[in-house]
Amino acid sequence: MAQVTLAGQTVEVNDEGYMVDASQWNKEIAAEMAKEQGIELSDKHYEVLEFLRSTSEKGETLTIRKVGKSGIVDIKGLYQLFPGGPLKYSSKFAGIPKPASCV
Amino acid sequence: MKNILILGGGTAGTMMANKFFKALDRQEWQITIVDQHKSHYYQPGFLFIPFGIYNKSDVIKPKGDFFPSGVKVIYQEIDKINGEENRVSLMDGTSLKYDYLIIATGTQTRPDETPGLLGNEWRKSIFDFYTIEGAVALQQFFKTWEGGKLVMCIAELPFKCPVAPIEFVCLAEAYFTEKGIRDKVDITYVTPLAGAFTKPIATKMLSQLLDEKNIKVVPDFYLESVDNEKKVLKSYDELEIPFDALTIVPLNMGSEMIERSGLGDDMNYVETDKETLQSKKFENIFVLGDAANLPTSKAGSVAHFAAEILFENMMNAFENRPMTAKFDGHANCYIETGYGKGALIDFNYDTEPLPGTFPLPGIGPFGLLKNTKINHYGKMIFRWIYWHILLRGKEMPIEAHMTMAGKKETID
Repeated sequence: MAQVTLAGQTVEVNDEGYMVDASQWNKEIAAEMAKEQGIELSDKHYEVLEFLRSTSEKGETLTIRKVGKSGIVDIKGLYQLFPGGPLKYSSKFAGIPKPASCV
Repeated sequence: MKNILILGGGTAGTMMANKFFKALDRQEWQITIVDQHKSHYYQPGFLFIPFGIYNKSDVIKPKGDFFPSGVKVIYQEIDKINGEENRVSLMDGTSLKYDYLIIATGTQTRPDETPGLLGNEWRKSIFDFYTIEGAVALQQFFKTWEGGKLVMCIAELPFKCPVAPIEFVCLAEAYFTEKGIRDKVDITYVTPLAGAFTKPIATKMLSQLLDEKNIKVVPDFYLESVDNEKKVLKSYDELEIPFDALTIVPLNMGSEMIERSGLGDDMNYVETDKETLQSKKFENIFVLGDAANLPTSKAGSVAHFAAEILFENMMNAFENRPMTAKFDGHANCYIETGYGKGALIDFNYDTEPLPGTFPLPGIGPFGLLKNTKINHYGKMIFRWIYWHILLRGKEMPIEAHMTMAGKKETID
């Protein structure tokens, strides 16, 4: 657990840099986190992040398939938006916990 | 007369039918079980079929052998559940009324969901070992195969028995070594996970094991399609992995009946309270085994531990007491590693698989996250335990809840 300053705001993050409290999130924080990964956030990115936040809030498990069925973007598109780890990065930028892939 | 209706006569449904039949007054309760298939498969045994360790006859018995004689059994496909009216309709038009419903319809493999998987090479050089047909076809194939690139690929999470593909590559490694052609077989393990397994300590142990056996791991590979002409796997981010023989864990989904009933998530798993095992939509509907969307393994051991909790909670519900039993996600899995050895993992929702001894602290006889002969015997003896004790709902000398006794928080 650590505190970091993102977009001028102090937020709590875990060892892997995921935000601990989703309510501290805002768009500027997302943009700054994305920048560190070399990703410039577009409206499409934000649509995905909002979808992840609302799905996570409902307590539903997030999968790439679920995002692919959301109507916002298909799986291939999701990979293009967040190269290298679509769900890993998108949930990080969305300020929600890393999706726990079940054993 | 009150009705308990159980949908699905597999591991979970059969255990519940046996438990309730013993516990409840037969003048007051009617137990009915519905399943469209008449054969019960010992699914942990499928893994051994490709290598000729088991054959088809070792893993099949009639379902009817395990249902108590006073339980009403209907062999028919289920159309849907109508939770508002407490009714289940079957494909032949019959409608069954229930006071309490248990959904135990499991999970199915869906190769049709991945483009190209069911193409020309299906069951010629592409095999699944999660079905009896696939396991038997692979046994035939391996008998005459002279070697090449063997790829084990997991299409998507979650899937039934998450350790089975790791066991498969270990057993394949031993099988081809014993055949004297290991140098001609290149084995690759392809997974959408970031490593060999989900949790860090078990991943470390299993990665070392795969490394020692010269089995390559390709992590973070998310399968999009299979090209039958070129014989390559393609991922969404356009990586390609060539194969000569492919074994696949196809996408797993819950029953389409769940979708028709409007009770499932996008993978047709029933939305279930992870502690009480009650459906999130209807108070008198409960869910056991792979059909539930619980954040733990889809495995027989989970269904077994959960069955004890569900039994207690439903008995409470019958008498209007609060449901005090809470499931902790307990799973216990033997991992065959080849050459007559095996490993064992024991974990739950909150505790990842840790090293130690099981079930007795310091004594065992089984070693957690250790590769030993006794673990292998545990796995082989389990088939007998499954048919004679577990399915019949009898007590096992292992607690339903996971215990920290005998576990260590670090790896040696």
